[in-house]
Amino acid sequence: MRPLAIIVLFLATISSALSGIWVRHEARELVQQLQALDEARDELHEEWGRLQLEQATWGTHSRLEAIARKNLSMIMPRGEQALVVSP
Amino acid sequence: MSTQKHPPKRYRIAVSLVVLAAVLLCGRALDLQFARKSFLQSQGNDRYLRTVTMRANRGTITDRNGEPLAISTPVYSVWVDPGEFLHQGKRWPELSQLLDFDLRRLRHTVNAHADRKFLFLRRQVDPELARRVLALGVSGLSLQREYRRYYPTSEVTAQVIGFTNVDDQGQEGIELAFDAELRGIPGAKRIIQDRLGRVVENVARLRPAQPGRDLSLSLDRRLQYVAYRELKSAMRELGARAGSVVILDPQTGEVLAMVNQPSFNPHRRTEISADVFRNRAVTDLFEPGSTIKPFTVTAALKSGRYHPSTLVDTQPGYIKVGRKTVRDLHNYGVLDVSGVIKKSSNVGASKIALSLPPDLLWRTFSKVGFGHRSSSGFPGERTGKLRHYQGWKLIEQATMAFGYGLSVTGLQLARAYCSIAADGLLPPVTFQRRAPPVNGERVMSARTARLVRSMLELVVQEGTGTQARVAGYRVAGKTGTVHKNIDGRYSRDRYLALFAGMVPASRPRLVAVVVVDEPRQAKRFGGEAAAPLFAAIMADAVRLMNIPPDVLPPTSTRLAAVRPEP
Repeated sequence: MRPLAIIVLFLATISSALSGIWVRHEARELVQQLQALDEARDELHEEWGRLQLEQATWGTHSRLEAIARKNLSMIMPRGEQALVVSP
Repeated sequence: MSTQKHPPKRYRIAVSLVVLAAVLLCGRALDLQFARKSFLQSQGNDRYLRTVTMRANRGTITDRNGEPLAISTPVYSVWVDPGEFLHQGKRWPELSQLLDFDLRRLRHTVNAHADRKFLFLRRQVDPELARRVLALGVSGLSLQREYRRYYPTSEVTAQVIGFTNVDDQGQEGIELAFDAELRGIPGAKRIIQDRLGRVVENVARLRPAQPGRDLSLSLDRRLQYVAYRELKSAMRELGARAGSVVILDPQTGEVLAMVNQPSFNPHRRTEISADVFRNRAVTDLFEPGSTIKPFTVTAALKSGRYHPSTLVDTQPGYIKVGRKTVRDLHNYGVLDVSGVIKKSSNVGASKIALSLPPDLLWRTFSKVGFGHRSSSGFPGERTGKLRHYQGWKLIEQATMAFGYGLSVTGLQLARAYCSIAADGLLPPVTFQRRAPPVNGERVMSARTARLVRSMLELVVQEGTGTQARVAGYRVAGKTGTVHKNIDGRYSRDRYLALFAGMVPASRPRLVAVVVVDEPRQAKRFGGEAAAPLFAAIMADAVRLMNIPPDVLPPTSTRLAAVRPEP
């Protein structure tokens, strides 16, 4: 009876030690992953910011107006040219 | 024999020395392992474990349509560990050239802080330069990631949005007012690093960085551009010292646009005086002059003693009040109440005010917000001055009626006009986007507000404000020309030209106040300096806001749009 208990306890000790190592390793890998994802998120966020800025620059009111007037030769209809449709 | 049985003396001494040494070693081992363990452990950890803070992104500020007005972009700050960095003297010339940092100054700075563990060399360099600096591989030198604020609308919104300092804290304007919301909470993580300070492993994340909240303002970037462009060109034309424009939505009290001149570039503000940082529309007080007359008339109508057609005799163009004299530009003869507004008669306004109980006049002014700070929460906003009627002298009661003896901000004046525009409801002012309906405070009856509004329409149709006309729209407003009060005396040749108005008058959607500080003498009148500016801004604003015209052209041939030939 006694030797059996010793063997069981021995194996339990070993496996607990090994699982400790394994869990620690796992934890580190997860931290790495989390870090990588964080960085990816930050980068995407920054790119989103840059794109927003770019869009804002392209969409500047004065730029659009200049394009409409020059390239597309659009004009502002005068008062008597406008038809107001009341709902 | 005895020498063989008992070991010689020398042998015993040697053994006892060995035993003693063993005891000492064990003692030392125990000492290190138990007594000083925590100290040594922490010292050891300090060599390779580091807790680094992670900067959190500051919230983005957008206008009412989601267009960015302030946005954070990543930059890097170059820092060194002076102890480590001192041994790298050979690499310094390269570095000083790359960072544009004088070599002698670099040597001096690093030596002066040799006992520290952390020293910024250069803050906020762009990512490309940071990459090249890091590529030099100088030990003891690291990068810290930070954020820099970028303002796409730059000088157009400079005073309203404000700016942050190098540590990402709000210093002025909206950035300061909403700092607590915009600011992110920095996080912390633990890392293992090697001898050169390079990160070997991320051990744990102690606290995630919390980015700040995004803020959606009530401003409309397009209106802001239009108002700024027109104000700037008018300033040049009028040779004025300063100016500001406020546009409000009278239904919700939202600030749609607020621009000031002179302005500044928020990205490059080291060389400019703090004077231009002021958001004049909320921090500068002025006497409202004739623009207050609509509220004098409001009080008159409230009293029940006046109707728009009640006659007021303004002859002979002046009136003596005590020892002072109130004058008009011309002798306007006998006017009705509408005529007093239309011609902007000081004598008429004084006569009306003197016939009213002072508390009624005071209550009317106070109710529309004069002498009270608005709810905008803008840093540095002024309260203005409205003295209690119990301290009024007779002459004050008269001058109050045409806007001298009290002071207001541009924002206050615009808000007060909102009550006329919104049928008597005074909305709370806000810089944040807000959905209607907003419960305004009733400060006059809807009937009174409409009567005053129709009088203000006359001002633009045939009175002092004809230059405020906008084609296709009915405009209501009031001009003002104020002698500036400098050191307690009224200046003879320095003026403030004002216009406060609303469009379309049938159902106002926009209320605007234009303030031009010291326009050229030849164009000193509010009707000549401020009214055309109002018209220029509103002509574009009604189009941008899709406000349908309320004056329909009489002709029958009309086009819905003009399209170029393909």
